Amino acid sequence: MTSIVELKPNEALEGVTLEPVSRLDLIKYAGASGDFNPIHTIDEEATKAGLPGIIAHGMWTMGNLGKLFTPYYEQGFIQDFQIRFSGMVFLNDVITLKATVENQTDKHMDFHVEAVNQDDKAVIKGKVRFVTY
Amino acid sequence: MLKDYIGKTSNKVKNTVERGMVKRFAESIGDSHPIFVEETYGKRSRSGQNIAPPTFPRVFEYGEIEGLPLPTKGLIHGEETFHYERPLLVGEEIYCYSEAKDYYEKKGKNGLMGFFILKRYGEDSAGKVIFTEEQTVIITEAVRKAMTV
Repeated sequence: MTSIVELKPNEALEGVTLEPVSRLDLIKYAGASGDFNPIHTIDEEATKAGLPGIIAHGMWTMGNLGKLFTPYYEQGFIQDFQIRFSGMVFLNDVITLKATVENQTDKHMDFHVEAVNQDDKAVIKGKVRFVTY
Repeated sequence: MLKDYIGKTSNKVKNTVERGMVKRFAESIGDSHPIFVEETYGKRSRSGQNIAPPTFPRVFEYGEIEGLPLPTKGLIHGEETFHYERPLLVGEEIYCYSEAKDYYEKKGKNGLMGFFILKRYGEDSAGKVIFTEEQTVIITEAVRKAMTV
């Protein structure tokens, strides 16, 4: 797949399944983003907050989802990226990233995007408007 | 009361889209594509420069909205939206600030939930908006009572 504009409604970008979520993934994201909320990295803090264990930063998952579009930045850019966080991501969860064309004009393409876990439950979902040059 | 802060903004803070930060951020989301991290690739690309991933603005500083009574714990990130006029270029300076955009309450299954909308802006040196970001922060009844707003 080299051209994003050839996609038709209901067709999808190539999906990506991530490696099981590891603590190191979240430590790296904390360091890179500056979000050191300890519920994402330290078990005791997560437990104190009433969680069964540490959870991924929602923005880590959203950041990952964005990469489905990275191969196409010579053809356009993400103008709008809207996400609703609908489920938590725990250690060892296996996350799959998806983007499907909803509609298309000669100026932009609208995608339905989501990240689902190993039980096929959406943990984040939303829309991307990709403006084409 | 959070409602009293609607419309209030922080002072602008100058940020730089630092090459090393972009590289580390791209790695942390498993997206070390050369458009983000390779200088020669960036030079040959459409914008003549490497760009930053769309969720990169989380790295920037936006200044404080003075007195904003938002707790540091127990908040739930409900929604997140980015809007771009163009991609962020590595090396450029971006002036960032935030605005308390809205606050409202709704009845939910765990009582009265508060929804706080924080909007963030990134402008170029000429004052043109390059991106905006909107976060919906959910404040549960338990957390809200603890902060007594």
